[in-house]
Amino acid sequence: MAKFNLIINGNQKEVDVDPSTPVLWVLRDHLKLVGTKYGCGIAQCGACTIHLDDTAIRSCQLPVSAVGNQAITTIEGLSENGDHPLQKAWVAHDVPQCGYCQAGQIMTAAALLKANPNPTEETIEATMNGNICRCGTYIRIRKAIQTAASNQQG
Amino acid sequence: MSTVSTKIGRRFFIKSSTLAGGGIMLGFNWLASCQMPKKELSSVPKEWFKINGFLKISDNGLVTIMSPNPEGGQNVKTSMPMIVAEELDVNWNDVIVEQAPLDTANFTRQFIGGSQAIRRGWESLRMTGACARHMLKQAAAQAWQVPLEELTTASGVIQHEKTGHSAGYGEMASAAATLPVPETVELKEIKDFKIIGTSRKNVDGQKIVTGQPLFGIDTYREGMLTAMIVHPPAFGLKLKSVDDSAARNMPGIKDIFTIKVFNEDYEKEFFDTCTFTEIAVIVGNSTWEVMNAKKALKISCEPITSSTENRSRFGSKYTQHTPAGLESTTDHKAQMEAMAAKPAEIVRKDGNPDMAFKKAAKIIERTFTAPYLAHNCMEPMNFFADVTSEKATLIGPLQKPEFTEKALSARLGMPLEKIDIQMTRLGGGYGRRSYAHWLIEAALISQKMNAPVKLIYTREDDMTDGIYRPAYHIKFRAGLDGSNNLNAFHVKAGGIPESPLAKDRFPAGAVDHYLAEEWTIDTNLTVGSFRAPRSNFMASAEQSFLDEVAEAAGKDPIDFRLELLEKASKNPVGENNDYDANRYAGVLKMVREKSGWGKESTDIYRGVSAYFCHNSYAAQVLDMKMENGTPKVQKVTCAIDCGIVVNPDGAKNMAEGGIVDGIGNAFFGELTFKDGVPEKNNFDKYRMIRMKEAPKEIDVYFVESNIDPTGLGEPTFPPTFAAVANALYQATGKRHYHQPFLKS
Ligand code: FES
Ligand code: FES
Repeated sequence: MAKFNLIINGNQKEVDVDPSTPVLWVLRDHLKLVGTKYGCGIAQCGACTIHLDDTAIRSCQLPVSAVGNQAITTIEGLSENGDHPLQKAWVAHDVPQCGYCQAGQIMTAAALLKANPNPTEETIEATMNGNICRCGTYIRIRKAIQTAASNQQG
Repeated sequence: MSTVSTKIGRRFFIKSSTLAGGGIMLGFNWLASCQMPKKELSSVPKEWFKINGFLKISDNGLVTIMSPNPEGGQNVKTSMPMIVAEELDVNWNDVIVEQAPLDTANFTRQFIGGSQAIRRGWESLRMTGACARHMLKQAAAQAWQVPLEELTTASGVIQHEKTGHSAGYGEMASAAATLPVPETVELKEIKDFKIIGTSRKNVDGQKIVTGQPLFGIDTYREGMLTAMIVHPPAFGLKLKSVDDSAARNMPGIKDIFTIKVFNEDYEKEFFDTCTFTEIAVIVGNSTWEVMNAKKALKISCEPITSSTENRSRFGSKYTQHTPAGLESTTDHKAQMEAMAAKPAEIVRKDGNPDMAFKKAAKIIERTFTAPYLAHNCMEPMNFFADVTSEKATLIGPLQKPEFTEKALSARLGMPLEKIDIQMTRLGGGYGRRSYAHWLIEAALISQKMNAPVKLIYTREDDMTDGIYRPAYHIKFRAGLDGSNNLNAFHVKAGGIPESPLAKDRFPAGAVDHYLAEEWTIDTNLTVGSFRAPRSNFMASAEQSFLDEVAEAAGKDPIDFRLELLEKASKNPVGENNDYDANRYAGVLKMVREKSGWGKESTDIYRGVSAYFCHNSYAAQVLDMKMENGTPKVQKVTCAIDCGIVVNPDGAKNMAEGGIVDGIGNAFFGELTFKDGVPEKNNFDKYRMIRMKEAPKEIDVYFVESNIDPTGLGEPTFPPTFAAVANALYQATGKRHYHQPFLKS
């Protein structure tokens, strides 16, 4: 066990866990931030995607000891009032079916739009290809990202 | 208006309940827990009055509607309350939806599966809303001393035109809650619907996109422990002993033991199918600690012996034979070929097929196969349990709580009244969560630990401890006469362990000489429902085969099908044909028109397919491009006849999902076995469809209809496989008979 000071969604949090614990389980088990989902545990599905500073990262493969002082953002902290352009677009397009994969989808898309506010369709597809949606909502995800991008442009 | 009786069978469907008393919810609590109030509230609700099991109305006119069935992405949590709200005659914006707990006294058929939720709930949901409206009107009639028949309602307001009286539902809720349930109620005319048939957003949408705890796996409780299982590595093996010397002393580990999921003498119901009846369990403080100990736990196994079990399915008994041995996909293939070469059980015969084939001008014979599939719900199997001697509380995602509750009651020896099953949102179901052996496992672990426990399957457990879609095999023969009419049809279908055949389904009824045979092979792999059971293979094989027969007959594939359907409609062969040929033809004609079928385009290859299952009809035209030798689906046009559509955009979303799922499984879906071991255990090996393979566009059209709604969760899935195969043929010149069509 070791103590780690983490910056999560702008707040300082201290956890006392095994250093090899993936951030996914620190978030879920220790901090009760359950929006970040477990899907595969081997960086294949994207359900556990969070931001480390501004980069989308698979939290199931990220040991808490590797975080250092990089800031963690989870779906709960993506926006204060649930009104990030992507969240709004997701609701407008009524994207989710079961909804389980959607937090990961949104976090991957949010990092993309931050780095590239106006991505091409190919870029969207290449970036989102790592996130599995078993319910098959890909078409709406693609459209919602395009909507959010154009809304962001104002 | 139509009048319906509120009595179903011998009991009142809707229970009256007196003034809330214990049922009163304080408005402030509700507001605090509500993310985004839908309504700018002029006043805060102070009291809630329970009108019946489905409905509460607050003093200021807000309505809470309980959604009876589990939600797994089919959007029933939005569409079922829409039906109640319609008949209640309120504004949808004044409605709050809550997930009902399992409560067999108040609700019927609280399960999802078979695309039945809306179809079977339709009448009772309407009646529930209508009953409440009637009682509110009755309360107003008494208060104003006017005849009930003179009252009208609109948007949650009761009016009496002559006297000018007017009151919101909230004002009458307290009095209405004390009234007896009426014997009969009036239902709205379809043309007067204001909510049904309009698109309403998913009631949980905002919660989903902000990561709120909605799913079973998100359950955390004070003092809760985490549990995982270790199961035999292969089907055909059972647990012999456990060596926990390394795992037991690892950090955070509380206990390691084995459990038996069912008692030896328990007669299993259909949905009690359970993968491994005895498993090892590791319990600890946190998921990561338990995962680590799981790696260190060693088990040894021994072969099972073959067995015959008595089981029951909705009251009728059957026996299930489970052979011993370690099964492999290569052996399965050989066994299926051998069965297909032998005569099988004849289940339908029309005319004289033997003679017709002898006389046929042309005979086409083809074999189709499909492998086992894993469900791969994105939320792995899990359940929360808190079992004490007094009470068992279970929280989590499952499809058939009513059935599982009975099994749990038997296993714990605890009466149903002491069992409380709370349903969370399902992170996918597709049939897998109908078999909730993991709920019983969680309960047994909690009982043993004397503590609240959440059981989680790892992805690897989820995939290798599955209740799979069976493997299937089908052999078709078609005989064309001298004028290229389909005159003889022979289908011989089987699978491990079930046959996919629906003997009375198209093209039965459309061919003069028809023969259907089936066979099965036993297995010790556990199988069960998978989105559109059996149809998911039948449609694929049959609709690909008919494409080839149409080609042999020199006919356009849509015209060819329409010809057959016309015969089935005007001059049907046999009596028990289970489809409506006109509705079937209707979706084909609609898809032909909407897709612009027949217009040539140089680099687009098109496949068509249509199927009837789960009481609904779906037809698709799939457009494919080849990019560097890889097929890319550009667009799918889909026509559906599922009766009245409650929530069109929600329905469209589900149709899109079924089609994307179909493309994915047609291209990649496959689970193979080697000596009883599933050869894939996670998404690095099990190929799922990803965004790049999803079509750019799916256009969905619904046939306008006044027929009561039928299923939608499943019917768009089966035809997609054949639409893919038929487009692939156009693109590559090669017919695809064996799923999956692309090897990753
Ligand atoms: S859980 Fe991390 S990528 Fe799947
Ligand atoms: S919405 Fe169900 S997995 Fe994506």
